[in-house]
Amino acid sequence: MSASADAPPGSPPGLRVSVDLNLCQAYAQCCYAAPRHFRIEGHEALYYDPAPAAQDRDDIERARVACPVQAIRVEDPERRG
Amino acid sequence: MARTSERAVIVGAGLAALRGAEAMRAAGFSGPLAVIGAEPHYPYDRPPLSKHVLAGAIPADATTLPGIHGLDADWHLGNPAIGLDRGRRAVLLADGRDLPYDRLLIATGTRARPWPNPHEGRLAGVFTLRGRDDAAALRRALAAGPRRVLVIGGGFIGCEVASLCRKLGLPVTLVEPGPTPLARVLGSTVGAFIGAIHAGHGVEIRCGAEVEWLEDAEGRLVRAHLVDGSRIDADVAVIALGAVRNTEWLDGSGLSADPGGVDCDASGHVHDTDGQTDPRIAAAGDVARFSHPLYEGRRVALEHWSHAAAQAVHAGRLLAGTPPGEPYGALPTFWSTQGDLVVKSAGLTEGADAVAITQGDPAAGRFIALYGRAGRCIAALSVDSARWLPAHAEMVAAGAPFPPHGAAADRPKAIKILEPGFS
Ligand SMILES: Cc1cc2nc3c(=O)[nH]c(=O)nc-3n(C[C@H](O)[C@H](O)[C@H](O)COP(=O)(O)OP(=O)(O)OC[C@H]3O[C@@H](n4cnc5c(N)ncnc54)[C@H](O)[C@@H]3O)c2cc1C
Ligand code: SF4
Repeated sequence: MSASADAPPGSPPGLRVSVDLNLCQAYAQCCYAAPRHFRIEGHEALYYDPAPAAQDRDDIERARVACPVQAIRVEDPERRG
Repeated sequence: MARTSERAVIVGAGLAALRGAEAMRAAGFSGPLAVIGAEPHYPYDRPPLSKHVLAGAIPADATTLPGIHGLDADWHLGNPAIGLDRGRRAVLLADGRDLPYDRLLIATGTRARPWPNPHEGRLAGVFTLRGRDDAAALRRALAAGPRRVLVIGGGFIGCEVASLCRKLGLPVTLVEPGPTPLARVLGSTVGAFIGAIHAGHGVEIRCGAEVEWLEDAEGRLVRAHLVDGSRIDADVAVIALGAVRNTEWLDGSGLSADPGGVDCDASGHVHDTDGQTDPRIAAAGDVARFSHPLYEGRRVALEHWSHAAAQAVHAGRLLAGTPPGEPYGALPTFWSTQGDLVVKSAGLTEGADAVAITQGDPAAGRFIALYGRAGRCIAALSVDSARWLPAHAEMVAAGAPFPPHGAAADRPKAIKILEPGFS
């Protein structure tokens, strides 16, 4: 496969989320902002959805902004400026 | 700054490759940029593979990393590099093509060390875990409800898989030749504390034990035979014996590279077997071996997510012609989610001659261990105590005196100094 494009063909569409779990201190603000996409298990194990549905972008954005250590990175191909 | 007519090639399509490419673009590199990947996938995140994916919380293909859109790159996926000709300044691809470069980033990472017997390693039910496809296959096997899972190797990946099996309610045995799980990285004192937590969740731990061979019935794993003559009936085995660096494609290039990594100088450029720097080529991530300024220039190759990202940003700027002012020397940090337990570290434990429990209590399953060497703090480890780690990481970064003085609120009155238990 060889491809050249702005949005590479074959790359999954939609939102992409990654959390730098070294930075994350399990403050759980993201879990309050977007409970269906972020949750803490045990004392501080953050489980998150790296590929949320496009209609959930506002929740995801709220979670990203809520994180006190800016550990959440979001890519939204449809909202790229 | 690099001229725009210059061509950049990045070999490897993982985390370091992606972050390196982004950094080059951010630093103003506007020439053609090609990314070459052995796997057919766009760059994806590996840490969730042994956690969320095995747990069934997300499908393996949901792990594609953010940052791919808008990069303006040529992707050559499923087409590994098989050679490097520095004389002609070209990367040779498996499909026979040559890709010329003016700037080259080496980011080929590592692969799982295979089970030494190839026939046994190929049996149905025997898995390694490095890539997305490995994780998807292992997830299917776990979801099918095996009678028992055998995990061979008690490092981080082995501990993650074993504890995750318990989270899924599966019987699991962890076999580790060392005295405790994680003993090589954390020492047997802290390794025993963490092992006890997993044992408390029902992981059957067999330390000081070694699997000799794997028995099959009609091509399917049925049991493992240990060196001491005992057997473990299991229909799934996960080989977690560490990683080998992907440097074979550099054979014959003249670069200083071996299964332990490709050597970089203090700037981040690679050097050849005569010690001559190649100013067109840098390396980053799991594959790069470099002198760490925080550790008296000791040569290390790290297998840490944050390191791969940070070193790639450094290398990307270097290749774009806007080198960062100082050598790369980020404090190594790492996390590992083992079932619901979170283990995090800052610094490198190697050479530690003492360890102190400075917060919490290992018996309660939550604590901080601070490692010292020759009277200085060299590493800190948190177990379900991440909030305490940053303050300790600062002590490590500053090389603060060990044992530490000055009081934190709930620190035990007299800090007990223990033997770390490195063999
Ligand atoms: C299951 C798992 C769980 C992990 N969990 C954690 C964790 O919790 N915390 C943490 O800090 N770290 C963790 N890590 C480690 C972390 O994922 C790595 O440090 C990181 O992926 C390194 O990135 P990299 O880009 O250097 O290498 P890689 O991610 O290995 O990427 C290298 C890429 O190069 C490709 N490649 C190899 N050879 C060639 C070739 N000849 N030509 C072209 N392409 C080639 C490979 O296919 C691969 O895609 C984990 C790793 C695994 C496997
Ligand atoms: S808000 Fe940030 S620090 Fe808190 S749990 Fe979420 S990602 Fe972690």
